[in-house]
Amino acid sequence: MTQRARNWLLIAPAGAWLLVMLVVPLSIVFVFSFGERAPSGGYVPAFTFEQYANLPARFTAFQNTLILAPLGTLMALLIAYPLAYQLAVRTSEKWKTLLLVLVIVPFWTSILIRSYAWIFILGGRGLPALLESIGIDDVRLIYTPFAVLVGIVYGYLPLMVFPVYVSLDRLDKRLLEASSDLGAHPVTTFFKVTLPMSVSGIATGCMLVFILLMGEFLIPALLGGGKVFFVGNALVDLFLQSRNWAYGSAVAMMLIVIMLVTVTLYMRLISKLNVQRDDAALM
Amino acid sequence: MRIYAVFVYVFLYTPIAIIALFSFSAGRSASQFEGFSVQWYGRALNNPFVMDALGNSLLVAFISATLASILGTLAAVGLQGVRGPVRAFFDALIYIAVMIPGIVIGIATLIALVTVFDVVNPWLARMWPDDTTPPSLSMGMGSLIAAHTMFTLALVVIIVRARLSGLEGALSEASADLYATPFATFRQITLPLIAPAVLAGFLLSFTFSFDDFIIAFFVAGSETTLPIYIFSSIRRGITPEVNAIGTMVMIASLVLLIIAQLILRRGDKPRR
Repeated sequence: MTQRARNWLLIAPAGAWLLVMLVVPLSIVFVFSFGERAPSGGYVPAFTFEQYANLPARFTAFQNTLILAPLGTLMALLIAYPLAYQLAVRTSEKWKTLLLVLVIVPFWTSILIRSYAWIFILGGRGLPALLESIGIDDVRLIYTPFAVLVGIVYGYLPLMVFPVYVSLDRLDKRLLEASSDLGAHPVTTFFKVTLPMSVSGIATGCMLVFILLMGEFLIPALLGGGKVFFVGNALVDLFLQSRNWAYGSAVAMMLIVIMLVTVTLYMRLISKLNVQRDDAALM
Repeated sequence: MRIYAVFVYVFLYTPIAIIALFSFSAGRSASQFEGFSVQWYGRALNNPFVMDALGNSLLVAFISATLASILGTLAAVGLQGVRGPVRAFFDALIYIAVMIPGIVIGIATLIALVTVFDVVNPWLARMWPDDTTPPSLSMGMGSLIAAHTMFTLALVVIIVRARLSGLEGALSEASADLYATPFATFRQITLPLIAPAVLAGFLLSFTFSFDDFIIAFFVAGSETTLPIYIFSSIRRGITPEVNAIGTMVMIASLVLLIIAQLILRRGDKPRR
């Protein structure tokens, strides 16, 4: 057997699996998005753009997703950056690994369980009761956009800390010394040296978190209480409750398109900043 | 700065601590701690629905992680020697698998399989002898395993390729120069070198599959996995039993992931 044939044989099973379980289903979603709903639910073949024309009916879900996903990503970045900086630049080697592992541990525990913990905290007998005891009455936290935002920032914070940490850890600390030796104020050093050199980590972290948030379903379902729903929740509703497959497929296609466009634009922006991405560091 | 870090850690661990704490509450109420007890752990472990869901989750995670590790490792090794469009196409597949949200993968798999079943089942019924019940394909363990294998496979390929790219080609070339068959080279040189990555990939796949709710929610049919059980329990109202299950799952996932990390780290040390 030639080398070439052997390599093909090695790749073929995995390739076939991905084709059958990924490409075929996604293609079917694409085809179905031009179809119509069967009277009893499901799909009848057709070629119509009606489903796409109806997309504005789900405007709220897209709006919530497109506001809360970038906002959640930004907040995760703002919270994660100082921590990553502290770990990468200000922590001794001895403690670094342990503290970093402590950041990642929550991410490796089920998002389902971690999100549902927030039902406790934000629910009536949690924080609101605590606030009441200090005189702030009638605060409603659970089932609000705030609750969803807290849930998504909490859920994806570790995923943001890690890539930012990696890029800051690689930063040559002598540059920071050189900057201060040359009389730069620490704030100047931060904005002129540290921040530009960590753009790659910021880019990777934001992209990872943003992609996952765009498809979020669990956190809005648990903490939004049916009031703050994402495209993911609309999809579950369309496919499992109203069984409107054609329309659901159009919503799914729209979600994929929005993701592809935003991620591509974002990557363009980052590469314009002339940054090398180091996703590999994540693996 | 240091105080800030402490605050973030408190933020990260408070919810987890609360779950663990309330799992030891003696009372039925999930929001008031009424004395220490481990009774909910006992109840969870004796609940046949929980055990059934756990069994399903373990089985699906084990089979899909095994399949993903084997197929993913083979593909990663094969891709080493492939350039051009085939490689680009495979890279694109991996990229799509990672990039498409789980929820879209879930619904896509659901409608694809249901559509296929709608075609195949009447055909099976016609082919079958009249006096027996024809088999009927439906969503369940099979579709769960197939879908989980798909997305964990992408993960294994990424992990194993990262390890392979760090290896020196000289070793396998030397092996070939010494007239070892490609299979012998793979078994005696490549496989031992990438074994830590394969094992870590297996454990990660296992954990991802075991933890997955969103894809399972669509493709599990009438089968229940542990995350599906937990989700529907939360919907019905939180009880200390769910907390006990959650705590046990957290500890088990942690142990697995720590093992995976240790193996990966040991594999990264240069061999002499």
